Amino acid sequence: MSAEPLDTREVILEAIDLTREFDGVKALDRFSFKLHRGEVLGLLGANGAGKTTAMNCLLGLTLPTSGELNAFGLPLQANRIKILQRANFSSAYTALPGNLLVWQNLLVFARIYGVPNPKKKIAELMEMLEISHLSKSVTGQLSAGESTRVNLVKAFLNDPELLMLDEPTASLDPDIADKVRKVVRKVQRERNVAILYTSHNMRDIEEVCDRVIFLHKGKIVCQGTPADIVAQSSSDNLEDVFIKIARDGELLDEPKKESAV
Amino acid sequence: MNFRIISALVMRYLFLYARSPMRLVELAFWPVVDLVVWGNVTVFIQKNTTPEFGSYVLFFLGGMILWDIMFRAQQGVAISFLEDVWTRNLLNIFVAPVRSSEYISATFIVGMLRILITAVVLSFISWFGYAFNIFQLSWWLIPFFLNLMLFGWSLGMISTALILRWGLAAESLAWAIPFFFQPVVAVFYRVEDMPAWARPIAWCFPPTYIFEGMRSVMKSGTMNWDYLGYAAGLNILYLALAGWLFVWVLNLTRKRGLLTKFATQ
Repeated sequence: MSAEPLDTREVILEAIDLTREFDGVKALDRFSFKLHRGEVLGLLGANGAGKTTAMNCLLGLTLPTSGELNAFGLPLQANRIKILQRANFSSAYTALPGNLLVWQNLLVFARIYGVPNPKKKIAELMEMLEISHLSKSVTGQLSAGESTRVNLVKAFLNDPELLMLDEPTASLDPDIADKVRKVVRKVQRERNVAILYTSHNMRDIEEVCDRVIFLHKGKIVCQGTPADIVAQSSSDNLEDVFIKIARDGELLDEPKKESAV
Repeated sequence: MNFRIISALVMRYLFLYARSPMRLVELAFWPVVDLVVWGNVTVFIQKNTTPEFGSYVLFFLGGMILWDIMFRAQQGVAISFLEDVWTRNLLNIFVAPVRSSEYISATFIVGMLRILITAVVLSFISWFGYAFNIFQLSWWLIPFFLNLMLFGWSLGMISTALILRWGLAAESLAWAIPFFFQPVVAVFYRVEDMPAWARPIAWCFPPTYIFEGMRSVMKSGTMNWDYLGYAAGLNILYLALAGWLFVWVLNLTRKRGLLTKFATQ
């Protein structure tokens, strides 16, 4: 993490009073946050808390019912292509075409993002993620861990300034999950990338995220550094905090509001 | 539009076809089955009727080959989109800096390549198997192919829009939509042979002018230029309407949050 305080860093992604309704039910309710350059922000909450809806709004896959979304200081909807060129995304729930070879899939996306010298870039990233040997493998025949790392190579291809990672360690064994966390941290440190990170694995969050936002029924329940949140609660660790929020819907007597950052 | 992005998307489909020989076989299999059936029927009728009537039945083969051109163009667009749905890759595309116009253009190019393969295979078999030379249509083949391809693209965009809106439940429409039009675009018979109520409907669609034109060229070697003009004009209209429908449905799916369902289907 950069030593520079958050409030002096460039805001990469900003949501202002984002609300998304489905058939009258608010999946997101006046959700506001800022993600700064070089920051890893964890978005947490139980199933149905609004994380996926938030991520989909931020990716432009779903339009918010109301509210504002800006990235790199530009309104997202009007500048979608320009913004997506500087961002990337990886999810445990999407896949690259399974019948292509790994290098074919990566080459296609490298061309889409206009990566200079794509073959060299792909080779470097595959080496960093320790999957060089998979280059000629059929994508659909990879294990979950291999597939996740190939998706991460795709996500790093364009040296994104903004990276959205949706449960990148889901269904990975502890060893691979640890490797993935280390790579994400390394890339974030070396390139000062702003990362929005969702996970149900609290070990991930404690290790990777500088700051977290807990969502419950579409609303922010609390936010802060993982250590601060644990300290503010009567829980022993972040996992207990997660369970408490998932069951009770609140952590503190007075939920902490959006801070100045 | 960015041609680098279009070429990247086309490259993806080429990789896909190169890695799946069955997809290439599918491009030729059904057209060849159709051709053999119609070819044999033609030979049977030619042997058992007067020479004059026998020459008319060659219209069947011409109609069948040109129909397949349109069908392949529609499939090129719709199946390319479905490939992304089937492989759960659609979200990767929609969160990449790819414009709708670039995505659709890539599917058009894939459609064109599919047509080329099908046309070459059918021309070869019809010439050697049934002494039917599609090139007797001479240079008229070019505007015929182009017009049918344009209408196929329009139908492809409409099929894609329906799948976007209703998900894989609408997948069968990708295969069926061209056949909704087959009875009314005079593929195998003249417009004047259709019931009176159906004739005005027939003239609303560009392929009707092309199939009528094909019969005219095969019979007398002349082409009605007005027909080509009407077909081209209507094609521009249908392409614009289909493009508008696709973009409208895409925006609607974003508004309703339906796009993300393709990640898990």
